[in-house]
Amino acid sequence: MSRPKNQNYKGHGLSKGKEREQRASIRFKTTLMNTLMDVLRHRPGWVEVKDEGEWDFYWCDVSWLRENFDHTYMDEHVRISHFRNHYELTRKNYMVKNLKRFRKQLEREAGKLEAAKCDFFPKTFEMPCEYHLFVEEFRKNPGITWIMKPVARSQGKGIFLFRRLKDIMDWRKDARSSDDQKDEIPVENYVAQRYIENPYLIGGRKFDLRVYVLVMSYIPLRAWLYRDGFARFSNTRFTLSSIDDQYVHLTNVAVQKTSPDYHPKKGCKWMLQRFRQYLASKHGPEAVETLFSDMDNIFVKSLQSVQKVIISDKHCFELYGYDILIDQTLKPWLLEVNASPSLTASSQEDYELKTCLLEDTLHVVDMEARLTGREKRVGGFDLMWNDGPVSREEGPPDLSGMGNFVANTHLVGCFLNLKRPWIGTPGWLSWLSSCLRLRS
Amino acid sequence: PEHLKEPLVYMRKAQGSWEKRILKSLNSMCTELSIPLARKRPVGEQKELLNKWNEMGTDEPDLSLFRPVYAPKDFLEVLINLRNPNYENGDSLSFRTHLGLIQVPLKVKDIPELKEFFVELGLTTGQLGIDDSTQVPPELFENEHVRIGQKVLAEQDSAAAQQYIRQGSPTALRAELWALILNISSQPEELLYYEQLKTNVIQHDLLVDSLIYKDVKLTASNDDYYFVFEDYLYQVLLCFSRDTSVLGHFAYNSASPPKSYIRGKLGLEEYAVFYPPNGVIPFHGFSMYVAPLCFLYHEPSKLYQIFREMYVRFFFRLHSISSHPSGIVSLCLLFETLLQTYLPQLFYHLREIGAQPLRISFKWMVRAFSGYLATDQLLLLWDRILGYNSLEILAVLAAAVFAFRAVNLMEVTSLAAAEAVLADLSTLKVMPLLQIFLFATVT
Repeated sequence: MSRPKNQNYKGHGLSKGKEREQRASIRFKTTLMNTLMDVLRHRPGWVEVKDEGEWDFYWCDVSWLRENFDHTYMDEHVRISHFRNHYELTRKNYMVKNLKRFRKQLEREAGKLEAAKCDFFPKTFEMPCEYHLFVEEFRKNPGITWIMKPVARSQGKGIFLFRRLKDIMDWRKDARSSDDQKDEIPVENYVAQRYIENPYLIGGRKFDLRVYVLVMSYIPLRAWLYRDGFARFSNTRFTLSSIDDQYVHLTNVAVQKTSPDYHPKKGCKWMLQRFRQYLASKHGPEAVETLFSDMDNIFVKSLQSVQKVIISDKHCFELYGYDILIDQTLKPWLLEVNASPSLTASSQEDYELKTCLLEDTLHVVDMEARLTGREKRVGGFDLMWNDGPVSREEGPPDLSGMGNFVANTHLVGCFLNLKRPWIGTPGWLSWLSSCLRLRS
Repeated sequence: PEHLKEPLVYMRKAQGSWEKRILKSLNSMCTELSIPLARKRPVGEQKELLNKWNEMGTDEPDLSLFRPVYAPKDFLEVLINLRNPNYENGDSLSFRTHLGLIQVPLKVKDIPELKEFFVELGLTTGQLGIDDSTQVPPELFENEHVRIGQKVLAEQDSAAAQQYIRQGSPTALRAELWALILNISSQPEELLYYEQLKTNVIQHDLLVDSLIYKDVKLTASNDDYYFVFEDYLYQVLLCFSRDTSVLGHFAYNSASPPKSYIRGKLGLEEYAVFYPPNGVIPFHGFSMYVAPLCFLYHEPSKLYQIFREMYVRFFFRLHSISSHPSGIVSLCLLFETLLQTYLPQLFYHLREIGAQPLRISFKWMVRAFSGYLATDQLLLLWDRILGYNSLEILAVLAAAVFAFRAVNLMEVTSLAAAEAVLADLSTLKVMPLLQIFLFATVT
């Protein structure tokens, strides 16, 4: 099999091309003290750098990025775990704006049908600037429930539900004279979103899905989808009559943990595989296939909508945590995208999932320069989008969008090797190297 | 007639004394806590319960004083002490001596007989759980098998369904197939009957209710997967304990329902009642019989019917003393015999270190592996229980698990270490294990 030029492959100490040299050791830095630290510390050839030392790899948090990215020089090979302006995707108000704009563009270019594929986001209005638009929509649909979410906070903080306009009077942008304005306390930016009142329930409980998407670059768009994930359950039974009970409506583990009902031993998570089996036994495999391909659509469209806005620096990659809600018609809705999905494990199973996820992320980032660049699958990641759809089959991609195109995603279907040896055990090292060994 | 329940007298006697012990335990708990076995709920309480019917799991009553009436290991001790008074074992050890814990001479199948019995599990027959794995193209087996399953359902042929399911049931068809095999219909009378039971629950509170609550909280609610179905479990088990139609199965169950007397009328038959009304006293882990079914059935009355039928056909045999080939005693003996005959080195080694294999596998079999295997694997296993109308597969699987982990087990030096090797069965694939053990091992 001939190798294309300017691609690197695992030689024996030879470096190919100026881009990626094989390094003797990779200096990493991170401030997170959880699963990530375990994975980084156990990776062969990776050395931790403390304090002000130079690093080749930094899994940073977003605040550091905000303060330092612009005046940090990075060599070619250096990698960092966020894009400079990731908030275009992850802050709710920006995401909505970008998606709405993308939808309009799609409608212009490809027609209404194509644009309708962007309708996975419940109607959302930025507050306070879109207050009046919101009121218009509110009046068109009396009696429905809305949810208010602060744009920048996470873990479910600050979220509440409402049905009456007077509950959100603080965000009312009225015409006040400038004399009054200095007395006003500025309100935090929120988004008001239509609350999905018919969520799919299992055992009477509401849940949402957490799925992981790794983006290696935006221009061109290269995104990988991780095969596993989990469903997070609310601890209490779903009912619309108790909209004050935020524990019912928010399935974020962080919120659930403070609920009086929460028992840490329970975990309240289902691995995606279990969820998929449950759905299949209830609705049949075809319905489940449709659901998962609808989810693929969500990932791709959401990334496309910010493609032109995000600064695509080659040093950057990002692991996103997508939160998806399924309604009773088996339609998936995008709740939000997280730039810093939690890497702390809530249970044994969760630890294994996150360990494998992070290991595979590092495989794809490929600091060791071992990949050929032609892989469609690395560990549990499937290449979902490579400047175009990626087909499961070999051969030229089918761009017509119909026919035998089967997307190269396997969100928990098959081949997920959950049985991998524990980090640090004797078997793990040999397993890891067998993973990275390339087929010629 | 007694012999229909259990032909062997010594078994009947043993079951009788076991029941006396359980009842004594229940009565003493009752007296200690000064809680009546049954009481009528005041109207206010009835209303409250009705409102909370779909979320009984949110209740956190104080259950700290309640203990399960018994746990599987208590039952195991009784079985270990079973002896046939007519059987002279002799004091001298010979190659015939059974080295296991069960010391009663019941006839169990050996591997050639099991191969014949489970012929559809053979290497040349397609199986779900093996031949539907992703590496196998569906055209080879799976598609056709699904097609046949749909045909069986369309024709509502119960006997054909039972034969069909020996090769496993497709996920999408399983709920209907099981209902067909168990002869569960969706008649309005059944729904009414369930509603009637629900009313009984609302009106009267039973002591066993607290036992059920405690069991669910201790087992299913703590399970990583079944916790979601907590509420369904209460809805099924509380109704179950009031269902007098279940008394019918005592005609062929070696057990007999405990009898209680209206206060002050002890010994007077006219004032005898069965307690609980269905005659079944739950033990630790009982709710795990129901939990996997929640995966398949979401409508409470259907779920209830399926569970009830599964109980009166199969599960009751796992906690009553009888000589039936699917009874727990035979299963234990089958397990031990298989191990001793086909893995003698392992068996001997474990015995020497004080880790009698049955002490570990007993709890798997009593629960029909519920809570130990991954749900999809468990359902494949229960497919075969229905298909072969026998629980012997539980013993075979238990032996197959030991065979699978034999290498690690040979290295352990204590019971605790052996338990640790066998603590986690959640990654096992049951059908390949069974196939290898029965058909692919050189004996």
